[in-house]
This record gives sequence, structure tokens and C-alpha cells, in this order.
Amino acid sequence: MLRTLLDRLATTLPALAGVVVVSFLLTRVLPGDTAAYFAGPAATPQAIAQIRSELGLDRPLPEQFARYVADLARGDLGRSLTTGQPVTADLGARLPASAELTLFGLALALLVAIPLGVAAALRQGSLVDHACRVVATAGVSLPVFFTGLLLVYAFYFVLGWAPAPLGRLDAFASPPPTRTGFFLLDSLIAGDLETFRASLAQIVLPGLTLAIFALAPIARITRAAMLAVLAADFMRTARAAGLSSRRVVVTYGLRNALLPVVTTLGMVFSFLLGANVLVEKVFAWPGVGSYAVEALIASDFAPVQGFVLAMALLYTVLNLGIDLAYGLIDPRVRAAA
Amino acid sequence: MTAIPLLDIRDLTVEFATRRGPVRAVRQVDVTVGKGETVGIVGESGSGKSVTSYAVMRILDRAGRIAGGEVSFSGIDLRAAGERQMRDLRGREISMIFQNPRAALNPIRKVGHQIEDVLRQHAEAGSGDAKAKAVAALEQVKIARAAERYHAYPFELSGGMCQRVVIALALACRPQLLIADEPTTGLDVTTQKAVMDLVTSLTRERGMATVLITHDLGLAATYCDRIAVMEQGRVVETAPAATIFRTPAHVYTRKLVQATPRPGVSLRDLLPDGAPTAAAGRAEGAGAPLLAVSGLVKEYPRAKVGLTRPRAAEAPFRAVDSLSLSVDRGESVGLVGESGCGKSTTSTMVMRLLDPTGGSIVFAGEEIGGVPAARFARHPLRPRIQMVFQDPTESLNPRWTAARAIADPLLRFRTVRGTDAIRARCEELARLVGLPVDLLDRFPHQLSGGQKARVGIARAIAPSPDLVILDEPTAALDVSVQAVVLNLLADLKQALGMSYLFVSHDLQVVRMLCDRVIVMQAGRIVEEGPTAAVLEAPRADYTRALLAAIPHPPV
Repeated sequence: MLRTLLDRLATTLPALAGVVVVSFLLTRVLPGDTAAYFAGPAATPQAIAQIRSELGLDRPLPEQFARYVADLARGDLGRSLTTGQPVTADLGARLPASAELTLFGLALALLVAIPLGVAAALRQGSLVDHACRVVATAGVSLPVFFTGLLLVYAFYFVLGWAPAPLGRLDAFASPPPTRTGFFLLDSLIAGDLETFRASLAQIVLPGLTLAIFALAPIARITRAAMLAVLAADFMRTARAAGLSSRRVVVTYGLRNALLPVVTTLGMVFSFLLGANVLVEKVFAWPGVGSYAVEALIASDFAPVQGFVLAMALLYTVLNLGIDLAYGLIDPRVRAAA
Repeated sequence: MTAIPLLDIRDLTVEFATRRGPVRAVRQVDVTVGKGETVGIVGESGSGKSVTSYAVMRILDRAGRIAGGEVSFSGIDLRAAGERQMRDLRGREISMIFQNPRAALNPIRKVGHQIEDVLRQHAEAGSGDAKAKAVAALEQVKIARAAERYHAYPFELSGGMCQRVVIALALACRPQLLIADEPTTGLDVTTQKAVMDLVTSLTRERGMATVLITHDLGLAATYCDRIAVMEQGRVVETAPAATIFRTPAHVYTRKLVQATPRPGVSLRDLLPDGAPTAAAGRAEGAGAPLLAVSGLVKEYPRAKVGLTRPRAAEAPFRAVDSLSLSVDRGESVGLVGESGCGKSTTSTMVMRLLDPTGGSIVFAGEEIGGVPAARFARHPLRPRIQMVFQDPTESLNPRWTAARAIADPLLRFRTVRGTDAIRARCEELARLVGLPVDLLDRFPHQLSGGQKARVGIARAIAPSPDLVILDEPTAALDVSVQAVVLNLLADLKQALGMSYLFVSHDLQVVRMLCDRVIVMQAGRIVEEGPTAAVLEAPRADYTRALLAAIPHPPV
């Protein structure tokens, strides 16, 4: 098992190296002069040139790249010019917020999509099946920021059920002591139900927004995979052996149908990382997405590079996790690995 | 027979809802099975034999329904029984085993757990003794090291072993009736014998009744007491197995009996109307053989490749091990062996689709073994070697008409140019293989199995090849169609003077079609010689075992 893990990790190294090179080049190629931006609109050319040389931007590209890689090797992602903080510190503070939101949305989507997909496959052509199709189509056809705004309008503005969409906790509450960085978990660990309720209330709407977006592919794949499995020979064997329908559907059907679902999950997660940027904006969520967008607008290279690299790492780790999960579900993968 | 039969099917009619209205798959079928009796239901594909058994088990898919008739099992009306009652009967009183055993098992669940599922469902075992009982069930089907195999997944077991697991699953709760639906189709002949002998001994031991559903009349006649012959949803004849080959009453049964390859009959005897026999003598090969293979080797590495893992220094697997054979002009040579013996690897290498590890392949006096497989497609000798594939459906492009499929090699090798000339050649080929010319513009899904087989043959002979490699060309066909196709192949060889390399696992078919036979085992030749000599007086133990495993129906 450890062998497989190391093997897999080794194969991701070239991809990560590629990400380092591309993110560096892209930020250099993008229009916008960092030095000019920070010197302000009234700066003299001398002042701009001075800032440029302070930032090392007047050096040839290969030299800048060498310095960037050397810093990277020491775990130094540079310093954000906007916040004045090291990028690692900024990301470290904001990543848990994004991760909590994404995972919450994904969990919500799974909880709804898998039973929905299974029900749609079992009663093909029924009301459930049509409902599944409608929900799936609506989920993909509405842009996330629009769904987000719609939810805010309905549940905060009209109904007043949800708190103001202003971050992870309302202004008067204090965050729980940091353990995992996830407010929901931290507050539970601290036994602080009040904070748990408050942070749950804050995360429900943005989480729902992401879940609606992620619902469609998961439900569709679950339905398709389940339909394929229902037609398989071993399902007939299970029925002919008189197994209860629960056992036939769950142990024999769903477990086999989960294989393609797990594969899709990796893709859905990467979509969610992208969608996150917009949702964080709508809900003033202090995550890495909004941080990166702000930095990009300010031509602030270091945070953008750090963000891209962090996302690539996250995605790699996630795919590794999915591969390992695949091995747990499917013994044939284990044998081949 | 007892007064009240164990299973009594009367007037059973099953309908399937299709887009073009209901289709009757089973019409007024009567079958009875007494206690301890073995009844065979025999018919070709589409005869409704499997549907009948699904109707008894009430596991028809959603589109199917029992439209009429009665099914009763030990006095219980199965048509009226509730789903809960049916679930209790399935697996405990009536069990089924299926075709394609590996697909019939849950691929991601340990076989031991699958047996436990059944035992627990029917309260034959609790959590304490389930494992011991599952291991015992595996031991009963003669699986060696059962405690170890309990933890195996289906993909880790051979096809025959999987079928034993399916049998263990079916018999775990000691049912009174076993329905075996094509239990040995797709298995090797020796495995088929082992599986059938096992089923027979187990069911006899327990006094169980068995329904054997098969397309193979010979197999049914060997193992059953009585046989019901089905054609297009109807039972046309029910007769004792001992007499069905000798005195078939119904026209269809006679046709089926006649088309079944068996000892002592020639190719022509398989056809219903005793077609005129083509001149038997084969064209003697003058001089050098058309194909001479010597010292052919194909190795596959066993090591797995990983970045952090060094290549394991294990010896490679030899699929074909220094094999030598020759095919003369106008000769047909049978290459026989069980799955995994390397016969298909050999034919693929001769076809130059796969590069050999070593050895030489000389075709028409020219060494072609060294030409890389990727380049052989443009080799001048390429049109002179053609192949007919095992599955007539899968080997045709579903988006091409029959004419386009047949014209493909003509277009590729530019042997015939011009649209009209190609069309004319296609029609000529269609007439040659007995395919009605008006079917040429149909797509594969609009053709029957036999017609698709003809298209595949026409495509292979289109560039007038010298050597045709036939890779189990009739394995996927019904016996009556097989009889016609085999005769067609024999006629074409006679008419066009081609040579055949016939790859098969069916010794009876090889006996009728081939002049010489080569028996392969584990990548090596164990015996070769004139067909009659090898099959009547086999020298190798392995050949004897193969011959003994062929079902011997009471003829």
C-alpha cells in the first residue's frame, strides 16, 4: 500500500513542476505592471523604476524564475503587496474557510444526488426520474453567482430565515479556538453549540449554492451507472438467490455503481474549486478564491502563483485520495496496482 | 413419475412490451418436472427457453409479464404468489445457475461473502457459523483450498472455478429444483464435462430435480432424462433423451438432430436436404508449403512497471513456445486447444497483427515474421492472408452496410477500382457466399447471425486470398446456422483453392472440416497428424482427455 502511494506521488511530481512553470510565466505575461500599480497614479517614472528594482522585476526572466524556485524550495511563496503579509500566512488563514465551504457543499450534494440518482434508476420513467432530470438540468444551467443571489434574496431578504451573507460568522460572535480551521468542527470540539449553530447558519446558503451546482453531474452519473448495473448478470443472480431487495440494490447494485461516481467526484471537486471563487464573492466568504481574484486584479503576482500552486496541490492530493478510495471499493484495481 | 409433479408449467405465455406492441416470447408452453428428474429444454437463440425459466422464477425484467397459463411448484401457485413469498422460494426451494459465470458473480464482493448472503437470507446460517457453512459449500463443489478461496474475488478465479462458485451459491440452501441456464456455454470442453458431472452428482445425491436449458442437443441428451424442444416460443416435442436422436418426431427436432455435429457424420450430413457432396479429394500441395512456421515464440513480461519499483526479474510468460507448423496449398489445418493454450496468439502472429518474440513465419516463400506488425498492412503479401473472426456481429462496423464491409479490403488493397466494378465484385461475392444481393445495402443490425457470418466470410475472400485464418467462425452461431456456414466454407475452399488455418476448440467441427489437426496445450504442440488418425487413435493423453470430454449423447 505504501509502495503504491509513493508510486502515485512520484507520478504527480512532473505535473506539479509544470504548474510551477506555467503559473510563473502566466503571471509575467499578463498585462499590467505591478510596479506602476503600487507606485500609484501620481508616481514619477523614477519612483516606478525604483519599486521595480526593489521587487526584482527588472531582472531577466530566467533569473526571476531561479529566485522564485529557490524561495519555493524554502517554502517561501513570497509576500503579498496588497495585504503586506507572507502569502503562506494568507493562504493558511483562508484555505480552511474555502475547504470547509467546498466540502460542505460537496457533502450536501452527495447526500441528495446519490439517493436521487438511485431512485431515478430504480423507477425509470417515473415522477422521481423526471424530478431528477429537472433538478439536474436546472443545477447546471443556472450560473452559481445567480443561484447564490437568488438564495440570498429568498432566504435572507424575503423570508428572513438566513443571517446576512457576510462571511463565516456574524460580526458579534468570536471564532472557536482553531484546531482544524473548520468552524463547524472546531466549535463542536470546543463543545460550543452556540457558535456551531451560528456558523452552520452562515454556511448553509453558500453551501447550498455549491451543492445545487454539483448535484447535476453526480445525480446523472449515479443514475446512468445504476441503470448499467441493474442490467448486469450478477444482479439477476442475486435476485434468483432470493436476496432481499435492499441487499440487492445496496450491496450488489450501488457498490458497483459507485465506481464511476467516485471518478466523477474528482472532476466535480475541481469544478467546485472554480465555482468557489464566485460564491465567495457573493457571500463575502473570507476564502482563498476571493483573495486570489483581488490579487489578480492588483497584478499582485505572489498570491496568484501561490493560489494556483495550492489548488494544484489540493487537486493532486484529492485525486490520490480518489485513487485510493477506488482501490478500497474495487479489488480489481488493488490487484492491478 | 410421481402423481403431482414438482414443477408444473401449463399453457405458459410470456409477453414483452416493445415499442412495436407486445411480443410473445413464450406461447402456451407445457413442461412438467417430477421429483428428482432431469429435464432438458433445448432450442436455438430466441426460442424462449431462458424466458420460460425467468418466468418460473418471476425474475423477468420490467418489460416482460406472464400473460397466461399456470406455474405451480409443489402445489404453490407461483403466478399468484406475493413477492415476499417468491423471495423465500428463490434460492431456498428453486435456484438457478447461469451462463457466463464470471459475470454472474458480484465482481467486487468476496465469493465467500456472496455465499454467506444467501445462507443468511434464508436463515440457514447466523453470524457465528456463516463462514464455516460457506466454506463447506465451496468444498462441496470440489473447490480445493476452500478456506483460502473464500476470500477470493471472481476475477481471481478461472471460468470453471467461477461456475463452481455459482453452483455452490445455488445449492447452499439445499433447494428442491435447480434451473441451469446454459451453464457451460463459453467454457472449455473439459471444464464443461467437469461442471456437468459435478451438477449431476450433487443433484442426484440430494434427490433434486434439474432443468437444463441449453442450445446443445448433444449435451442435453447426455445428461437429461427427458427433453423438451422449443422453437419460436413453443414446445414442439417432448421425448425421452434416450430416443430423441434415434427417432425425432417433429420436423424441427429432426433438423436440430441433423445439424448437431456428432461422431460418424460428414459435413453434408448436417444439412437437411442431403445436398450434393462436392468432390472430396483435396488439391495436393505441390512443392513448398504455403505457410511454414518454425520455432515461433511469443513472450509476455510478467513484471509490473512502476516509477519507484525496479522491474521484477521474473521469467516472462511464454504464450507460444517454439511452435512449428505448416499449411500446404489447398489444405485446411485445424488448430485445437482450450482457452489460454496460445492458439489465438499463434493465429494473430501468422496474420501479422502481433510481433513474435522469436522464430520465423514463411508465407508463399517469403519470410514475413520480421516485418513489423504495424507495417504489414502495406505489405504486398497482405491481401493474400485474410481472417474470419469469432463474433460475426462484433467484427462488423455497425455504421457500414454489408456492401461497404465487403468492399473494404477491395478499397484498401486497390485490387478493384471504380465504383461500378467494386459493386459488381461485391454482388459476385455475395452470390458466392449465398447472401441475397438485396441484403447488401442493409446494416449489420438488420441481418441475422448467419447472414452476418456470410458478410464476414465474403469480406475475407474479397481480395482472393491464398490463406484464410478462421478464428472460431461458428462459435457464436446456432447449430443449424453453423451447419450451413461450415458447408459454405468447405465449398468455397473447393471452388477457390484456398488454404484454411481453422482455430477452434470444437473437435467435432474440426474433424469435419480439416485435413490435418494440431492439438495445442500451454503454448506447445502435443499432437499433430491427419484428422481421422488423431481423433480415432489419439496418442497424447491430452488429446484423449479432450475427446473424452465431448458429450456422448445416446445416438
